Amino acid sequence: MVELYVLLVFMIVGAVVAIEVEDLLSSVIAVGAVGLGLSITFLTLKAPDVAITQLVVEILILIILIQATLKRDLPFSTSGRWYLNTIIAVVFIFTFLGIAAYCFRDLPEFGYPMLRVGREYLKEGLERSGAVNLVASVILDYRAFDTLGEATILFTAVIGVLTVVRRIGRKKVDEEVEED
Amino acid sequence: MTPYLLCLTLFAIGLYCVLRKRNLIKMIVGIIIAEYAVNLFFIMVAYRVQGRSPIYSPEARITNMVDALPQALVLTSIVIGLATTALLAAIAMRIYEKYKTFDITKIRELRG
Amino acid sequence: MSREHEQGMSIIVKTITRLTVGLILLYGIYIVSHGHLTPGGGFAGGVIIALSFVHLMLAYGKDIALHKMPRAASAFFEGTGALMFLAIALLGFTGGYFFLNFLPKGEPFRLFSAGIIPLCNIAISLKVGAGLFAIFVALTLLKVVSEKKK
Repeated sequence: MVELYVLLVFMIVGAVVAIEVEDLLSSVIAVGAVGLGLSITFLTLKAPDVAITQLVVEILILIILIQATLKRDLPFSTSGRWYLNTIIAVVFIFTFLGIAAYCFRDLPEFGYPMLRVGREYLKEGLERSGAVNLVASVILDYRAFDTLGEATILFTAVIGVLTVVRRIGRKKVDEEVEED
Repeated sequence: MTPYLLCLTLFAIGLYCVLRKRNLIKMIVGIIIAEYAVNLFFIMVAYRVQGRSPIYSPEARITNMVDALPQALVLTSIVIGLATTALLAAIAMRIYEKYKTFDITKIRELRG
Repeated sequence: MSREHEQGMSIIVKTITRLTVGLILLYGIYIVSHGHLTPGGGFAGGVIIALSFVHLMLAYGKDIALHKMPRAASAFFEGTGALMFLAIALLGFTGGYFFLNFLPKGEPFRLFSAGIIPLCNIAISLKVGAGLFAIFVALTLLKVVSEKKK
């Protein structure tokens, strides 16, 4: 599993670059690099469905974020009480990491999952739903309610964006847009 | 155990960015990194040593596959992350149009 | 820069777009329709279809892209996709319970197998593709209007 560790280190380095660099465009591009490394990691962990979806969704996130930050990079400055706040944040994060590492001792070892419901899906998935792709049979036959909930969430997000962006007085928008 | 800890480090980096940065776009970047870390953790729980992807093939007999259930959950979670990020970006653009800055310490007035 | 952005990019980008945007759309349809045989499914295919329209808009400007897929049409497709998904789910009541897989299963590895799964994939891809394109159009038009007002 050497390639898994190499990819994880690459993602951590990319994330550190993304949050420390001052230019907004560079940090968005670094997030793109982290997402690409994540997609290759999903392929290494034998999940091709998830890898395809992660790749195309990450491309769309990059396009939307660059639209929001183009020509708008402002240098941000930190002032006063900077040292104390950083110390408090770092202490909190190390406490969180310590407690989580203590809780991780209950997890089974990496690579030996204990699956019971999963084993049932793997054994009987082909004959009960007829689909060769077992992940598709899980999301559209065994757990179709979750897919219905996700379709609702996407619908709500579209309505939310259109409401936030809308202006009062729609005639003005149409007139200005049609001017040229 | 070590892959789990590295994944948790990625989540902690995203959390630090949300806590300490003052620019709105940097906070969105931190939330995106934290989401990536959580999805990675789910897929790591489902991995089985010398497993195979959960898709049948017409010529071979498959005996060991990785778990298919967390992959279905992560598929849903990735698309929900996209919806959340799009909404955050729309709100950030609106805030910039009204206050002419992305700095969160200068956005303090509740205008009507 | 937004004025040039409205009219599109240079001639090289326009030529390459003209060659590849149809192939991207066709690839997205392939991934949706073979969702039960190969990795992919409704969500990935829907996002690829939305990306093909976004590619057209980035390369040619908003006038030509909105001529190909007007805003009313994308709203219609999104509603149709959601209603189709709900109708397929409610039709499961004919067999017994909500979301029952009531169509015949067929044999594995063929295109017309696995009951309602291909139909659900098509409905979801319509919804996801049209919704994401609507989000992108809304965000881009806000940018244009807010800069013209200055």
